[in-house]
Amino acid sequence: MTTVAAAIPITAQAFKADYKPIWCPGCGDYSVLASLTKAFAMLELRPENIAVVSGIGCSSRIPAYTSCYGFHGVHGRALAVGTGLKIARPDLTVLVAGGDGDGYSIGGNHFLHACRRNVDLTYVVMDNHVYGMTKGQPSPTTEPDWDSKLSPGGTGLRTFHPLVIALAAGANFIARAFSGDPNGTAQILADAIRTPGFSFVEILSPCVTFRPEQREWKSQVRAAPVAPTDDPARAAKRIMTDDGFNIGVLYKGARNPFQPPIGKGTKRPVDLEAEFII
Amino acid sequence: MHDKAASTTVPSVSIALTGSGGAGVMTAGSMLLSAAAEAGWYGLMVRSSGPQIRGGEAAALLRLAARPVDCLDDRFDLVVGIDWQNIHRFADEIPLDSGSVMVGDPDQGDPPEVFTKRGPRLAHVAFKKMAKAIPGSWPNMIMLGVASALVGLPAETLKSVLRKSYKKGGDGLAASLAAVEAGIAVAETLPATPRLIPPRRTEKSRWLITGNEAVGYGAVRGGVRFAAAYPITPATEILEWLAPALAGVGGTLVQAEDELASINMVIGASFGGVPSLTATAGPGLSLMTEALGLAVAAEVPVVVVDVMRGGPSTGIPAKSEQSDVNIAVNGLHGDAPRVVVAPNSIADCLTATQWAVHLSESLQVPAIVLSDQYFGQTRAVVDRPADVSYVGERMVAAPRPEGYRRYAITESCVSPMAIPGTPGAAYTAEGLEHNERGIPSSQSADHIAQLAKRETKLCRHDYGKRWADVGGEGDVAVVTFGSCTGPVREALVRAAAEGTKARLVSMRLLSPAQPERLARALEGAKRVLVVEQNQGAQFYRYLRAHFDLPGEVLSFHRPGPLPIRPEEIYRKIIEWSRA
Repeated sequence: MTTVAAAIPITAQAFKADYKPIWCPGCGDYSVLASLTKAFAMLELRPENIAVVSGIGCSSRIPAYTSCYGFHGVHGRALAVGTGLKIARPDLTVLVAGGDGDGYSIGGNHFLHACRRNVDLTYVVMDNHVYGMTKGQPSPTTEPDWDSKLSPGGTGLRTFHPLVIALAAGANFIARAFSGDPNGTAQILADAIRTPGFSFVEILSPCVTFRPEQREWKSQVRAAPVAPTDDPARAAKRIMTDDGFNIGVLYKGARNPFQPPIGKGTKRPVDLEAEFII
Repeated sequence: MHDKAASTTVPSVSIALTGSGGAGVMTAGSMLLSAAAEAGWYGLMVRSSGPQIRGGEAAALLRLAARPVDCLDDRFDLVVGIDWQNIHRFADEIPLDSGSVMVGDPDQGDPPEVFTKRGPRLAHVAFKKMAKAIPGSWPNMIMLGVASALVGLPAETLKSVLRKSYKKGGDGLAASLAAVEAGIAVAETLPATPRLIPPRRTEKSRWLITGNEAVGYGAVRGGVRFAAAYPITPATEILEWLAPALAGVGGTLVQAEDELASINMVIGASFGGVPSLTATAGPGLSLMTEALGLAVAAEVPVVVVDVMRGGPSTGIPAKSEQSDVNIAVNGLHGDAPRVVVAPNSIADCLTATQWAVHLSESLQVPAIVLSDQYFGQTRAVVDRPADVSYVGERMVAAPRPEGYRRYAITESCVSPMAIPGTPGAAYTAEGLEHNERGIPSSQSADHIAQLAKRETKLCRHDYGKRWADVGGEGDVAVVTFGSCTGPVREALVRAAAEGTKARLVSMRLLSPAQPERLARALEGAKRVLVVEQNQGAQFYRYLRAHFDLPGEVLSFHRPGPLPIRPEEIYRKIIEWSRA
C-alpha cells in the first residue's frame, strides 16, 4: 500500500467515529466495523489517508461510523466512486464497502469490471443474503426457496457465487471471512489492504432480523484447510466445491494493479494549442 | 463550355462532396477546408453520414468564406459526387437551385431526380477512369482538385496541404498530387461556379478545430485533470482528444464500463480533490441523472458535457438536435439545483466549457454543458478564442479546522470542502439529507436548511456578462441558445441590410435562470421570437416557466436533423415585423 505509516501508531478506537452506529442489535456489521478499525490500526494507517466508500443498504452506512474520509453514494455505484478516487488519488488507501444487494445485484456490472480492472483497492461485501434496509427481500445470494412477500415461495433462482465470479473476472485477492470472528476478519482485511490490486473480501455477516437462522453460521464456518494459492485453476476448484463456509484467503495473485500515471505531465495546457494552429 | 466571364466572386461558397461511405469524401473535404484555411479563408465542414461506418452514404458539407462563419448557408453552390448510389438521402441536407452546379461521373449515371428537379447545371468528370489512369491514385483526389479549382483555391496551397498530410505517413503522395492536378485541369472545362473573394489579411492567430476538441481544451484550461469515459456518438471525440491531452498535463482518463460508472468515477475523483469531467449524449445523460443528484446533495463539483443528438431513445445518433433542454434543466429527482451552460459557437465550446468548470468548482455543484452534434463534429476555422482566466477555484478546508462542518451554512452558502489527506477534517460526503456536519438527518429543519443552502449558493453567485450574448436594437428581439445562434446572427445581418433592426439574446447560462438580466435585455421589446431546434419547444417552455417575456411572443421550433437555416429565420423576422 502506498499510504505513509504514521510516526506514532494509533489505536483501533481512533478509527471509530464519535457517534454510535445505527444497526439492529446483534447485526454482524458491528463486528465488521470493529475488524476494519483494527485492521487500519494494524497497518499503522492514519484516518485522514483512508477513504471508505459505500453505496446504499444497512452495511453501506459504515463509512460515517469511521473517523476516515467517507463517501456514502447511490445504490450500487460504490466501486465506481472508489475506482475514480483511487486512480485520481493513488496516495490514499481506498476501501469500498457494501452489501450483497448493492454489490451483486444493482452494482453487478461494476463488480465484474472492478475485478477485471484490478485497481489497488479493497472491496468488502457484508453478505447476509437479504435486502435488510427495505425489510427482507431476496438478494442474488439468497437461497432459491427462501419465502418472502416480494417473491412468495422463493425466487426459484440459483444463487450468485461472488467468489467464483471475482476469480473469473480477474480479482487479484479473494477471501471469505465471518463477522463472528473479528480478529480473524481483521487479519484478512489487513492482508487484503496490504496486497496490491483489487482485493475482494466477502464477509458472512448475519442479519438477525430478517434471517435469524443465520445465527447458526457460527457453528458452520471453519478455517479453510489449505493455504492461499496463486493458481487460479486450483482456486476455482476450491471455491466451487466448498460449501460456502471455508474462511480465509483463498486466492492471492500477483497481477500488477491498474494505475495510469497521474501528476507526471510534461506539458502546459497552452502547449496543447499547437495542433489547432493554422 | 468554359466561360470565365460568368464566374462571379462571392463572400461565401458552399460545397457538398458526396459518395459512398469509404470513398474518401471526408478526407477530400478535410483537405479542402485545410487548404482554404491555409490560404487565409474561414470556413467549416459538417460531416454527414448514415449510421454505418462503411458502405453507407457520406457527404462532406463545406462552407468557405472570407469572414468567420458559424453555420451552413441556405443552399449549395456546388455538389461534387464520386457516385450517386444513396445520395438521394441527402436531398434535404443539400438544397440546390438553378444557380447550383452538380458535377458527377458519367459512368455512374445521372444524379437522382430529387436534385435535378431543382434545376442545377450538370457537368461530367470521369472520376473513376481518371483515377485509374494515374496508378496509385483515388477518385477522391480528382474530386478535391475539381472542387478547389472551381471555388478559386490556389493550387499551390492545396498541394502544400497534401504534402503535409502525407508527412504524417502513407504512400502515394506523387499519385495524389498527380490526381489533384488532373482534377484542377479538368475543372477548366466545367461551368463556372462562384469563386471566393480573396481572403482579408489578418494578423490574428487562427485555429482549425471542432467543437468537441474545443470542449476538451476548455476543460483542460479550466483545470480538469481527471475524466472518465464511455463511448457514445457524437461525444466520443471529446474523450479521445482528452485521453492523450490529460496525460500530457499530468492528468488521466479512464474508460468506464458504462455511463453509471463514468459519472460515479468522476464524482469519486472530484471528492479526492481533482477537477473532473465526463462527456456523453442524451442516452448517457439519462443514465447519469441519479448520480448527478448525488453530486448536488453531496456538493461534489463535476462537469458533464452533453453533446445533443436526435432523440428520444437511440434516436438519430449522428445528427444534431437541441432536444435535451428539459433533461438538462429539470432532469433530476428532488429539488436539485445545478448549473447548465450552453456554448453558442464552435469557438465558444472552449470558453463555455472552461467557464462551466470554473462555476462547478467554485459552487461545488454539477455543471452540464449543452453542446450538440453540429458543434461537436463540425470542423471550423476560427479566430483563436480570447484567453479567459476561469479556472477551478474550489474552496477547501485547511488542516485541523476548529469544529469543522462540511456543509456549514456560510454567507455565500458555499462551504469549505475538506480534501482526503487533510488531517483533522475527515467527513462523510452524503447523498442522504444531512445536517451541517454531514450526519444523515431526516429532520425538517435540516432538510429545509440544506435545500435552501444548495439553492442559494447558485443564486448569490455573480455570473457577470457571460450569462448571454446580447446585441442589436429594435422592437423585435430574438432569443435563442446553442447552435441556433449562428443562423440567427446571420438572419439578423440580412434583416439589418434591409433596414429591419432586431435584438439578439443568445443565452449561455440556462440554469440557474437569470430573470432580471433577461428582463433588462428585453426591456421595451414588443415582439420576442424564440428560436430552437426541437419538436417540443423545450427552450420556449423553459423561458415561459422562468421569465416574464414582454410583448408578443412567437416560438420558432422544429426538430433536427436538418439545420435551422438563416433564411427561415430571416423570413420570419421580416414577415413578423411587417405584419
